[in-house]
Amino acid sequence: MTSQEIISKLPYSNPFLFVDEILQSNENGVEGTYTFDENLDFYKGHFKEYPVTPGVILTEVMAQIGLVCLGIFLLDDSFNKNTSIALTSTEIDFLKPVFPKEKVTVISKKVYFRFGKLKCKVIMKNEKGEEVCTGTIAGMILSPALSKGEGAEIGLK
Amino acid sequence: MNKEQTIEELKNIVKPYIQNQEAFDGLTEDTDFINDLKINSANLVDVILDIEEKYDIVIDNEAMERMINVKAAMEIIENKLSEKNS
Repeated sequence: MTSQEIISKLPYSNPFLFVDEILQSNENGVEGTYTFDENLDFYKGHFKEYPVTPGVILTEVMAQIGLVCLGIFLLDDSFNKNTSIALTSTEIDFLKPVFPKEKVTVISKKVYFRFGKLKCKVIMKNEKGEEVCTGTIAGMILSPALSKGEGAEIGLK
Repeated sequence: MNKEQTIEELKNIVKPYIQNQEAFDGLTEDTDFINDLKINSANLVDVILDIEEKYDIVIDNEAMERMINVKAAMEIIENKLSEKNS
């Protein structure tokens, strides 16, 4: 699956799409980038006159690239509009601030993908190659085709 | 397989994921993982992976769907262990 195919299958759009490109993807992980546009709305208030990217947004970037893009790659043809995606847990350390116009790279490694739950170790680096966040993110990604009955229900909770 | 010992082992496995301490303290064979212990369905996957690791068994989708309470978990563990040793 190409980078463009993965991105076109993402269930997000502006102003909440936080993936620019997928550099590589395979069975064990994914790597992608995102550049923070200085005009993003939250910079007006976080913080007053001192724009810094909020941790929740960094977490979202890590989840969209590291978890959802990897999930789309792993499910391949069985990923469709009926697939349900839900973030279930995050544990992230924030090490350095990320400012407007910065480009970040997210590197995600699969811990496991079992019974619809995808768990990944995720690192975000800045353009200097410094780690800005590290942690673990998990979500449920279930295709009705793969899991019927109770399995499908689990994905919606 | 010793029943009391297995229940104790299962208690240790589910402990990090429970949301209802009272149900956990009074855990019996009939205790339901989701309805009684309030383990969420994403964490139930971790419970099952921890069971696989502890007993060195592989739990398939069909067994996973049946694993709703302590009793069912013990039966599945016992079955998988006897399959492995036969």
